[in-house]
Amino acid sequence: MDLFEYQARDLFAKHGVPVLAGEVIDTPEAARAVTERLGGRSVVKAQVKTGGRGKAGGVKLASDPQDAVEKAGQILGMDIKGHTVHKVMLAEMAPEIAEEYYVSFLLDRTNRTFLSIASVEGGMEIEEVAATRPEAVAKIAVDANEGVTEAKAREIVAAAKFPAEVADQITEILQTLWKTFIAEDALLVEVNPLAKVADGRVIALDGKVSLDANAEFRHADYAELEDKAAANPLEAAAKAKGLNYVKLEGEVGIIGNGAGLVMSTLDVVAYAGENHSGVKPANFLDIGGGASAEVMANGLEIILGDPDVKSVFVNVFGGITACDAVANGIVQALELLESKGEEVTKPLVVRLDGNNAELGRQILDDRNHPLVQRVDTMDGAADKAAELAAK
Amino acid sequence: MAIFLTKESKVIVQGMTGSEGQKHTKRMLASGTNIVGGVNPRKAGTTVDFDGSEIPVFGSVAEAIEKTGADVTVIFVPEKFTKDAVLEAIDAEIGLAVVITEGVAVHDTAQFWAYAQSKGNKTRIIGPNCPGLITPGQSNAGIIPADITKPGRIGLVSKSGTLTYQMMYELRDIGFSSCVGIGGDPIIGTTHIDALKAFQDDPDTDLIVMIGEIGGDAEERAADFIKANVTKPVVGYVAGFTAPEGKTMGHAGAIVSGSSGTAQAKKEALEAAGVKVGKTPTETAKLAREILA
Repeated sequence: MDLFEYQARDLFAKHGVPVLAGEVIDTPEAARAVTERLGGRSVVKAQVKTGGRGKAGGVKLASDPQDAVEKAGQILGMDIKGHTVHKVMLAEMAPEIAEEYYVSFLLDRTNRTFLSIASVEGGMEIEEVAATRPEAVAKIAVDANEGVTEAKAREIVAAAKFPAEVADQITEILQTLWKTFIAEDALLVEVNPLAKVADGRVIALDGKVSLDANAEFRHADYAELEDKAAANPLEAAAKAKGLNYVKLEGEVGIIGNGAGLVMSTLDVVAYAGENHSGVKPANFLDIGGGASAEVMANGLEIILGDPDVKSVFVNVFGGITACDAVANGIVQALELLESKGEEVTKPLVVRLDGNNAELGRQILDDRNHPLVQRVDTMDGAADKAAELAAK
Repeated sequence: MAIFLTKESKVIVQGMTGSEGQKHTKRMLASGTNIVGGVNPRKAGTTVDFDGSEIPVFGSVAEAIEKTGADVTVIFVPEKFTKDAVLEAIDAEIGLAVVITEGVAVHDTAQFWAYAQSKGNKTRIIGPNCPGLITPGQSNAGIIPADITKPGRIGLVSKSGTLTYQMMYELRDIGFSSCVGIGGDPIIGTTHIDALKAFQDDPDTDLIVMIGEIGGDAEERAADFIKANVTKPVVGYVAGFTAPEGKTMGHAGAIVSGSSGTAQAKKEALEAAGVKVGKTPTETAKLAREILA
């Protein structure tokens, strides 16, 4: 889960990383009081989860409270690379910046550990620096159990060649940033720029934090950090039912069990679509292991509610999941929708294999619903679903 | 022979007394696994009856090893307690720990992995968030259905559970030496490379099927390993060609950022190493058949 800048700022502040004062608002008028609290001037920053907002006009300086209201009005509602700005952060005007650095901690999948990245050449061009002059970017592995001690922080400072006058401050910042990384179960904590300002202080001026959704069990506050405004309504409805659903742009609704099998199903449908006017999968939906009839019915209801969907492909290989439960779920979902007076008009192609497949197939055959077809191979069923969506 | 798990393996279950643990212990026993005990400090000294087999519960992994000679543990404990369960298994120096639990925080996995390293890697870890492994006809450690296929000469290693089952089903008439589900989390214990190496050295494996998915660079690194070290034929499949960038598709690891970790990049790397890569699971199975014919 990627956070907004203001949420990252709040977490940095909580763990002692030096940041500037700031508050988030979602109406232009609110900018007045906040700017007054910040001393009469502010920086108005669009809150979007994408880069390049500065170049897009999403960051403006406000010289007084009225100016802040106007600037916030210009930025709120702006579209930055397909992201609508719903919130702006007003930050204290930074003292003059002398130097811009970069520091981060992240998960290093390849080496199955954590990594620190640090550079004295921070700022907007850090990716360019990393690509063209990798020697200017220090990368130091961090042992997950030893963490960032003062000695480790000094090792990073030395490797990145931070100037002596900021070495102590950055050693301290690295330790507090590591504390943020661990305490919040982050996959990434990044400060860019980490600025040395005119009076010699080093301050985190902008940052990114990405959290591990698997760690939600020990972070009650994760739910509040979620960006509900951005969620697609179908994704929000699926999440409320505990379903693992991602909306895509296509016409063939997909339900399967197991992330790998569902991803594979999307691919197989896309290939089949090449022969049927280019239809594509409309979504990813994994009903998981050991799914009950109810879970199946919930999933089907979400997918049939997607106006883009023209046909549905249910692809289940029963390992723990019993195919008879899946078949019962399909039958129940259709009955439920029909009992609500909703006419089901979208054809369903069902492929069941594995645990209790024969029973499941029998249930579908007995029900003999005019919209449900059984095809017993994955490739054949994908082709049929694509063909029906293309009609 | 087989890899990692044989009929000689003595298996214990951490979390055997929980609902998932009970359900799967029953299934493992039914498929012939030699289960010698469970671990639960609060129920130590009791036994659990599984259709007539009385399985003793021990207070710790160390005690279970001492009393039974167990060399494999299958871990079903909830995600909150998974790290401690794995640390206990590592401390007891059991040979193989199969971590089935889904939804383990990656910081926890990073910590138990680092701990295993610091202890000299005496415990092979498979998972977390994996279906486990099966050596058909011999032993089954995890949740893979035992009735899909039979013993044979194909070795299978896969990031995905259901694609493991699908591939076992596609090639069920030929059969498998061992099938290993390594899991799709960002950090896992046993990798494609570890399984490839073991299958290369296993005299009972003639062909290896490897299944990957988007995210990370494990498949690319496996391709380099195959080029340098694997002389047996390898057939591959990669899921996630149509997954959009930056979206998580269920498995915590299956997220693509930029061009690294894409299905296309993985397919190309594998093909450059001489691996035949199928477009669909069925086509992949066909490629394996052609080689074995």
